[in-house]
Amino acid sequence: MVDINRRLLLKAAGISAFGTIFPSVGYLISAHAQEVISKNTAPSAKRWAMLMDISKCPAGCRDCIDACHGIHNVPLINEPGQEIRWIQKVPFSNAFPSQENPYSDISLKKREPVIMCNHCSNPPCVRVCPTQATFKRKDGIVMMDYHRCIGCRFCIAACPYGARSMNFRNPRPYIGSINPDFPTRTKGVVEKCNFCEERLAVGLPPACVAACRHKALIFGDLLAGESEIRTILRNNNAFRRRPELGTEPHVFYTG
Amino acid sequence: MKIKPGTIMGVCTGLAVFILIAAFPFWYGGLKPKAAPDIDLNTPEINALTEKQCVTSTEYMKTEHMKLLNQWRNDVVRNGSRTYIAPDGRQFDKSLTRTCLACHSNKEQFCTRCHNYSGANPRCWDCHSETASAAARKAIILKEKVNLHGGH
Repeated sequence: MVDINRRLLLKAAGISAFGTIFPSVGYLISAHAQEVISKNTAPSAKRWAMLMDISKCPAGCRDCIDACHGIHNVPLINEPGQEIRWIQKVPFSNAFPSQENPYSDISLKKREPVIMCNHCSNPPCVRVCPTQATFKRKDGIVMMDYHRCIGCRFCIAACPYGARSMNFRNPRPYIGSINPDFPTRTKGVVEKCNFCEERLAVGLPPACVAACRHKALIFGDLLAGESEIRTILRNNNAFRRRPELGTEPHVFYTG
Repeated sequence: MKIKPGTIMGVCTGLAVFILIAAFPFWYGGLKPKAAPDIDLNTPEINALTEKQCVTSTEYMKTEHMKLLNQWRNDVVRNGSRTYIAPDGRQFDKSLTRTCLACHSNKEQFCTRCHNYSGANPRCWDCHSETASAAARKAIILKEKVNLHGGH
């Protein structure tokens, strides 16, 4: 996990001990030490987030879903309760049940927001996972380590967004053509969107964003002050799914 | 009490059958030595290499490759560290399919033969592809060539 050498540990321990005796002075110095440690261990301070402009997404278009599911070997299982979905389009009232009113624009009601894992800052799925198979990375991505997943499905119960799918059967026969560059999953593990961390690692945008011809999906770093997503969020009234739960979702919606 | 000869016969037969069954592993396969598997390194990708050297020493890879792969797995999935720097300075993608299989494209003759011989049953292939994509094969060899010309 945290890469810390003996020297750094002793430094931090010494400063902490000093801070116990002289709290205020110690605080200032230990804040500096924290910075040193975080500089050494986290080379890129990032907070990835997605933004969807619902008004730009035409009905019936499935480009983002096909791209994502194709690249990630997501199986197509047409049996209720057994489907695997990383990204999907749902009616507006399903995505935002509390946002509807009888007088809202008819075009809004017809819209189908794209929903996926929200990569929450306070993810309930991470909290309940007994094996730490689901964990949160420093850049905000809520990741799954499929090697560790025991298929207990606590995370499915905990996620308020229905972003997770369980492999009740071997998914391989249900994958059209397997992309050899990405693993499939196996029977007995849960899976979900990973914000295309494997593409981000080589400098590519997520597959859904790259596939969207209508520029309805914007992806970027919230901690980079001038990023496109940050600018749009600053100048527009964006909303999120079920913010009242305190999970701090990082998929935003406008339009 | 007098023991009937029939009883002794019965006990002896029973014992013989028991020993025969209990010793099954020994007489079935253990006594005759099994030929070591023929590990095939003859792939077009390996033949194209100027210096035929795995990511680290062959001795280490023979006995400890599973540890290296576990380390790579944890590094990539949990720590986001994707580049392996070999002892000789060459750099590799920490990837089973993009690095290992790019050279060892003959999984059946390389991995499976030895795993069968040693009775190992790794579950890597439940999820990971058994073949590297053509692009990945090209990439690994290019990378190595570039690094070899870069002074190593």
